[in-house]
Amino acid sequence: MTNIRNLIFSSKSYAILLTLFSVATSADWNALNMTQGVTEISKEVYELHMLIFWICVVIGLLVFGVLFYSMYAHTKKKNPIPATFHESTKIELVWTIIPFLILIAMAVPASKTLQNIYDVEAGDINIQVVGYQWHWQYRYLEDDISFFSYLMTDLDEIYNKVPKGENYLQEVDEMVLVPIGKKIRFLITANDVIHSWWIPAFAIKQDAIPGFINTAWTVIDEPGVYRGKCTELCGKNHAFMPIVVKAVEQEEYDLWVSEKRSAAIALAELTEEDWTKEELIERGEALYAKNCAACHQTNGQGLPPIFPSLVGSDIVLNNKDEQIKILMEGVQGSAMASFSYLSEVEMASVITYTRQSWGNAQKGDGEIVIPKDIVEYKQSKI
Amino acid sequence: MGNKKKIILKLSGAVLGMYLFSFLLVPLYDVFCDITGINGKVTQTKNAESSITVEGREISIQFISHNNEGMPWEFKPSERVSKIKTGAMYETSFYAKNTTNKMMTAVAVNSVAPSNAKDFIKKIECFCFQGGIDLMPGEEILLPIKMVVDNELPKNIKNIVLSYTIFDSNLEHNITTDHDSDHVGS
Amino acid sequence: MSAVVENHHDDHHHGPAKGLKRWLYTTNHKDIGTLYLWFSFAMFLIGGVMALVIRAELFQPGMQIVEPEFYNQMLTLHGLIMVFGAVMPAFVGLANWLVPMMIGAPDMALPRMNNLSFWILPFAFFVLLSSLFMDGGAPNFGWTFYAPLSTTYAPPSTTFFIFSVHIMGASSIMGSINVIVTIMNMRAPGITLMKMPLFVWAWLITAYLLIAVMPVLAGAVTMMLMDIHFGTSFFNAAGGGDPVLFQHIFWFFGHPEVYIMILPAFGIVSHIVETFSRKQLFGYSSMVWAMLSIAILSFVVWAHHMFTVGMPLAAELFFMWATMLIAVPTGVKVFNWVATMFKGSITFEVPMLFACAFIVLFTLGGFSGLMVAIVPADFQYHDTYFVVAHFHYVLVPGSVFSIMAAVYFWIPKWTGNMYDERLGRLHFWLSFIGVNVTFFPQHFIGLAGMPRRYPDYALQFADWNMVSSVGAFLFGFSQILFLFIVLKTVMGGKKATSEVWEGARGLEWTVESPAPYHTFTVPPKIN
Repeated sequence: MTNIRNLIFSSKSYAILLTLFSVATSADWNALNMTQGVTEISKEVYELHMLIFWICVVIGLLVFGVLFYSMYAHTKKKNPIPATFHESTKIELVWTIIPFLILIAMAVPASKTLQNIYDVEAGDINIQVVGYQWHWQYRYLEDDISFFSYLMTDLDEIYNKVPKGENYLQEVDEMVLVPIGKKIRFLITANDVIHSWWIPAFAIKQDAIPGFINTAWTVIDEPGVYRGKCTELCGKNHAFMPIVVKAVEQEEYDLWVSEKRSAAIALAELTEEDWTKEELIERGEALYAKNCAACHQTNGQGLPPIFPSLVGSDIVLNNKDEQIKILMEGVQGSAMASFSYLSEVEMASVITYTRQSWGNAQKGDGEIVIPKDIVEYKQSKI
Repeated sequence: MGNKKKIILKLSGAVLGMYLFSFLLVPLYDVFCDITGINGKVTQTKNAESSITVEGREISIQFISHNNEGMPWEFKPSERVSKIKTGAMYETSFYAKNTTNKMMTAVAVNSVAPSNAKDFIKKIECFCFQGGIDLMPGEEILLPIKMVVDNELPKNIKNIVLSYTIFDSNLEHNITTDHDSDHVGS
Repeated sequence: MSAVVENHHDDHHHGPAKGLKRWLYTTNHKDIGTLYLWFSFAMFLIGGVMALVIRAELFQPGMQIVEPEFYNQMLTLHGLIMVFGAVMPAFVGLANWLVPMMIGAPDMALPRMNNLSFWILPFAFFVLLSSLFMDGGAPNFGWTFYAPLSTTYAPPSTTFFIFSVHIMGASSIMGSINVIVTIMNMRAPGITLMKMPLFVWAWLITAYLLIAVMPVLAGAVTMMLMDIHFGTSFFNAAGGGDPVLFQHIFWFFGHPEVYIMILPAFGIVSHIVETFSRKQLFGYSSMVWAMLSIAILSFVVWAHHMFTVGMPLAAELFFMWATMLIAVPTGVKVFNWVATMFKGSITFEVPMLFACAFIVLFTLGGFSGLMVAIVPADFQYHDTYFVVAHFHYVLVPGSVFSIMAAVYFWIPKWTGNMYDERLGRLHFWLSFIGVNVTFFPQHFIGLAGMPRRYPDYALQFADWNMVSSVGAFLFGFSQILFLFIVLKTVMGGKKATSEVWEGARGLEWTVESPAPYHTFTVPPKIN
């Protein structure tokens, strides 16, 4: 009994409890609050946020203090006869002017930070960011690199068929690589509807508007992977077009750039190369999973009537020209969109994959489509 | 009761007035944009030649292009980056080719970044001033731009981006592509 | 016109007609007020069910209950219904009931138009809700319907949405004209403008705001309609239009609209606070000036909803400063309420409980409002759950609590019966806890980085989303209790006196409870 009493009343145990409590709260606090980010600007923004927050807390304590005091002390029981005052020009002036002064105190640092954000010197690296329904495209203007960045999270994770990974809905197939310490300028636009490009760690949020260019810039201090999201409602997959930027040392960045460029050249050469069926199918399978499986399903059966089955379809079996046309142009009045942004190699691979899978090769002409066919198709349209 | 009628009339007038005002916001917005550079659109400058004066400092200018949804043309700047002098006339062009087998009309929309550079870019000639660009199947064209960047360009601007987006002027967006499919997936 | 204007003399000294016809053909301000209030409650429940669909989907990460496409339709309809179907009609209903009684007028000035402005409303919402069953589904572009998502990329039902917005607008405009004419023309002798009860003042200002901005909304949707069907390009970049223009026009309407939904609440809370403090309202004239300045400022702050669209520095600074300025008159109002309670003789009946919660929670919403006004910080807050938390704090424990407070406060006058105090308190505490459990965690979710209008989210947001969903269901189901309390009061209960509340001030408390079908057929004498 005394032991317990000691435990409860000893100052030591209070100290322990207090530390535990403060650790718990401070640990939580970071997860609950705005990120400080990794750039000078994002840290400034965080400071500003905290400044306003604490000013609000102080004002709140004062106002609610008086309010709660009145609620406690001036009840009918304790104060049966109410006071009769109902105006005072003096005090009303005071509580008009003081808030006004506080506001000025807030506006000054806010305006300064805003000016810093609006600094418009040239960037060392300029990246054009294009919002699509529902993925992003990145074009490195100086280095002639261009790629799309899609959500990589598996549909099975989204539909709760398998456990969700650590970066659920925050992972993409291709990250935006940038070097640290360099001024990077993002030129943001959109292809269809308005999107918005947000990375909390850089405190950048800019709307992507079709036809218009918005700019934002950043200098990242620390290497790391920074994740962001689309923040303007852009249709059904608004929540499924994340942004991932990876900041690396300059050498790693240079290496990546040269790899990307040689890959682009290699891809161009690949178009000219003679392809075997197996190579195309192998490439096509991954592309199919990424671009087609959401509607036509992994087993090719689709979800008729909206997404027709590719298994045993006459076009897929016997009419490769028509199939190329459909993928290039889409089908009017149906859910089938144009996939003309795929490269020649990708287009040929994915078509070949559908023509060779699910028993289609045996039932139809079994012909493959090679990149040159796509090149020819494009030329025939001229 | 006459008073009542008067108030009703006045209020109805106000309603009608505000309705018309909402349409007036459209041209007002253009004026507003013109003054503030809000949307970075460059319009034709009346006396642009007057900006051609002594050659000033060197800045770099970047041209970027984008084909909006459903625009299959080939469309790109003839040069991506170039160094130009402020106060001097500069000529360049965009290349466009109709890669389809039907005649198409494109509308070009331009945008400048940073947006406060807009006031200092004086365009003498630009394909974006015409209503639309008509190209026959397979036809290709060089679209000219003639411009001067004013010497008054703020000192901290050392790089300007000029963006052109082309739209298919007859694009009928196909709603079914978005809405027949409820599922997540690209 | 004059025939319409003068016809209300015909039905003097008649009781209400019987049955359905009473409600269909009524021109009595009390009947129409009742209709508005019941309609608004029905919409509150429908919009609430939609909110619960949203919160149920967000209970856990992953897609489980609805598909993203339907989720977008839910969030769009939830917003539209709560704004145009629940909050605004509730205030119009209160205005109908109270404004004539507060100024000693026999009825509204334009009773037939009053009937019309109500009865087109159910029709508008029938059209809006029926879009759920149309091909392509209901509108799915958010209640802010930004172009081009709402034009080039919109479902076919958008045309019906536009039609229904036009009808809602017409209804609001007719209602406002009615309120203004009533207040300007029918005050009992002796009630000068600066002697009007604050609820009347608040509504006068609100009505002028409505007259000013509802036509702009009508203009915006007309332009949308023309873009969709008649080949114009107001908002279509391909035709030389500008999608950002849509946002400017929308928010030119939208920001005053925000104050349309809070000014009448200010009036209500002022009445309740002074009544239960048994002390005259502190700073009446500064209250009026504060509301006027809030209304005027509301026309020059619209672009603070669009800080991320890429405006020049000067514009961002202007809209930031102008927005921050609104904190001054808003602060004055809060200080005045607190000063009214200070040294009062306070009791905490249910209306006072709601009013106190209003003052605290609305002020919290005001604080987060000040935070989102700061442009650099808004780059982090914009379009996240922080903003969702902000405007729900202003609208739910703000506007909605004030409406509930008003119902508890005046229902003895309307029905002649006292509500059940015990159940009322239970309803208050459930709602109070429910609202805070729902919306407070959304501040955290937003700061941690979750954008709004997301049907699915990353794992770090899971815990607080779950808490928020639990709170939403608590709050939602508590409102069934509210319905029960109201029905119980309508059926019977302790009889109310004319004065009802010990500290009651104002003309409406001088007539017997329930208020007779016709009041003040002879103007009262005012000292």
